[in-house]
Amino acid sequence: MSKYSRARFDVLVLGGGPAGIAAAVRAAESGSRVGLVDENLSVGGQIWRGGASDGKHSSDALTWIEQLKRCGVTLLCGKRVFHQPASSILMAESTDYVCELSYRNLILATGARERFLPFPGWTLPNVMGAGGLQAMVKSGLPIRGKRVVVAGSGPLLLAVASYLRKQGAKILLICEQASGRKLARFAISLLRYPEKVAQAFDLRKDITRIPLATSSWPLCAHGEQTFEAVTVSHKGKLQTIQCDYLACGFHLVPNTELPTLLGCRIRHGYVQVDDLLQTTVENIFCAGEPTGIGGVDLALIEGQIAGLSATGNTTAAQKLFPKRQRLRQFARLLDETFCLRSELRSLPSPETLVCRCEDVPYSRVREHTCWRAAKLHTRCGMGPCQGRICGPATQFLFKWSPDSVRPPVFPARVEDLAVPPIAEVTGELQ
Amino acid sequence: MTKDTYDIVIVGAGIVGAACADAFAGRGLRVVVVDRDVVGSGATAAGMGHIVVMDDSDAQFALTHYSQRLWQELHMELPPDVEYEQSGTIWVAADEEEMAEVLRKREYYQKRGVAVEVLNAGQLKQAEPNLRNGLLGGLLVPDDAVLYPPCAARFLMARAQQRGARLRLGASATQISERRVRFNDGQEIAAGIVVNAAGANAAELNPAIDVKKRKGHLVITDRYPGFLRHQLVELGYLKSAHSVSRDSVAFNVQPRRTGQILIGSSRQYGAEHKEVDQVMLASMVRRAQKYMPALGKMSAVRVWTGFRAATPDKLPLIGPCPGFESVFLATGHEGLGITTSLATAAILVDQVTGSKPEIAVEPYLPSRMAKEHVHAQ
Amino acid sequence: MPSELMVRVNGAAVPVPSGSTVAVAMAIAGQPCRTSVAGEPRGPLCGMGICFECRAIVNGIPHSRTCQMLCEPGMDIHTDE
Repeated sequence: MSKYSRARFDVLVLGGGPAGIAAAVRAAESGSRVGLVDENLSVGGQIWRGGASDGKHSSDALTWIEQLKRCGVTLLCGKRVFHQPASSILMAESTDYVCELSYRNLILATGARERFLPFPGWTLPNVMGAGGLQAMVKSGLPIRGKRVVVAGSGPLLLAVASYLRKQGAKILLICEQASGRKLARFAISLLRYPEKVAQAFDLRKDITRIPLATSSWPLCAHGEQTFEAVTVSHKGKLQTIQCDYLACGFHLVPNTELPTLLGCRIRHGYVQVDDLLQTTVENIFCAGEPTGIGGVDLALIEGQIAGLSATGNTTAAQKLFPKRQRLRQFARLLDETFCLRSELRSLPSPETLVCRCEDVPYSRVREHTCWRAAKLHTRCGMGPCQGRICGPATQFLFKWSPDSVRPPVFPARVEDLAVPPIAEVTGELQ
Repeated sequence: MTKDTYDIVIVGAGIVGAACADAFAGRGLRVVVVDRDVVGSGATAAGMGHIVVMDDSDAQFALTHYSQRLWQELHMELPPDVEYEQSGTIWVAADEEEMAEVLRKREYYQKRGVAVEVLNAGQLKQAEPNLRNGLLGGLLVPDDAVLYPPCAARFLMARAQQRGARLRLGASATQISERRVRFNDGQEIAAGIVVNAAGANAAELNPAIDVKKRKGHLVITDRYPGFLRHQLVELGYLKSAHSVSRDSVAFNVQPRRTGQILIGSSRQYGAEHKEVDQVMLASMVRRAQKYMPALGKMSAVRVWTGFRAATPDKLPLIGPCPGFESVFLATGHEGLGITTSLATAAILVDQVTGSKPEIAVEPYLPSRMAKEHVHAQ
Repeated sequence: MPSELMVRVNGAAVPVPSGSTVAVAMAIAGQPCRTSVAGEPRGPLCGMGICFECRAIVNGIPHSRTCQMLCEPGMDIHTDE
């Protein structure tokens, strides 16, 4: 049996990325009992994984993480929330451990994940997400001297290319599906955001020598047992590049599964919140990417607003509204710049797998008229990832709408489903 | 408002509706099937997909046995995604009382030509090594099978369509009257016969019939090939299915062809909402772990609920709907919808076309509800 | 703290830098994490515990998400077939 414990918090923060960290710090400043739970072994989320990778990011991350460690927040790392057995109670587990976390107020800072689109060969080992390859390198994957093509869409591609190059990788090409004109407009618009200009400038220096192709995307990944080469399209011309890794991701989608399960209304794919970042559920707040993909600066502001809101400091929260407004415009800019072109809908061939958990090919999935029918009849989306990979893909490919979410929101041990909900908790975390 | 004319309109594209469509179309009748969702989306999507002979009553036996035979005759034509597997069932006995039930069942089945084998404790452990020690034995019914119901419904519906049946999805039926079904978008369908195969929602369209929702929970695990070979059911299952007033759980697990394990089962009364009920879920999982401790450490990928269509006497309603000339019922199958879908379709078509059914249909006639005074046990 | 530790991947001893995840150890060993339903070799895709392509058998426990698991000395790792 897993070791079992309970803990009670005034404010529970779910997600230890920038938004969650900022929320926990501000909430703790009011004297509330605050807990922060994250499934990774240390805080930072994705963008600050391993304490962040470069320049300004790095010092921001260090500062915030330092504050987090000093402000009395209970850190619950390595624990994955999987279920809500009763109102205001969440269950989390790790390898040999299950705990019940009850809260008065909950702040969801579940972040985002990469969007993957299927194309021939995308399931070969060493074809990874852009963030995926970066995460692997940060976790020890040797990359020095290895040849990498980075493809897909979004500012993440440039950030990843820059990071990998610093680790000694040979970035042969960056393929961005957005047009050169859109990128140029984006670059000019960045001037409105002083925080971003510095980051962009640093980035530009790092990747000056890496060829960047716009209106460009991968057509086919080649290889027998592992990835060996990629054919990319650039303004109609094809080019096949031999390399060791393909880092490919098409911008980001918000992690709205847990908010959905908890009853928060989702609007246009994002968690609906008011100005004080309260969701449609009274004691649940949401901050960061799930309210709109807007990057680390917006996440930090929203995290602070949520932390202040959840502890009743509405005046202090309101002081941050103007900055949030401005950064929300940046989020809209991101959306416009990196929206996916329709050519990408023709990438998969009939045999290309759409659901990797259940090995369901494109030809079988497209026979159906909606996500629900496809799921029921082909089992696409019924594997362990529960549609996190194939869901956004089919939403783009077929314009399908997502279905409801079922517990557990992540796979959990059967025995941990059997822990009964508790009415009144007074126990301490063991 | 458009009107179409068919011989048969079937409300409900679940396994029962699809089987009926296939059977009617096979007799050359013009059929249209309607459903507000997709094919096989109600209890058909939520249930376990067990094809099992049951002996709660002679009538239940007759229907399940007949239908199981029809599945066996059909199984070679089923496509791979239906995942038909003759895994067999083992009814598991944990105490002397249940072992006595094993022997009673054996006698009952043997008399009626159903292949069965009594397993002692050692044989049970050999057949299913992951069952806990200390169980007394069980009854193996090797001809029982499992399949994946949504794809079975889809196959039957597709075959019906090949034979000329039409399918209309997305509109919700709001009213059934003589030779007519009305929908929420204002459309109507006219047909010589209307069949209510709307499962747990059947009483929405025919308020006078006694079909109530009986909620169930299921858990599915990740793949563990070889862990489980047969569908396992505890004999206490019957004790709980007997009760018509108490919520209950029972040990019931099924191996999928994928190697995933389906863990059930639960029954709840008066629960109308779809959300997972934590108390029921916890209770069901603990019961399953009592029989197969190793389940505890397995990865649970998904939990869901569904609504069975339950009648007071545990037999389905197959035949003319009281108070109507042209409306028939094919509903109330509780946990045996998959098993009895084919036989339901057969005897319904027989009744409509005036052919002689293979089994006596009186026990399933909806008119019995008015005549009999059925006691809840 | 030692800068390297030894784990076993599909029976072979593999030295990995301290602080590496199990997914990285399998990559260093040139072994796929798992074999898909249709028999294809698979490795990590998302690197953040969401895609489940990195599942492997770790110390006998199948379906372990290796991209979020740190290597420990002597760990026994196998491709999840």
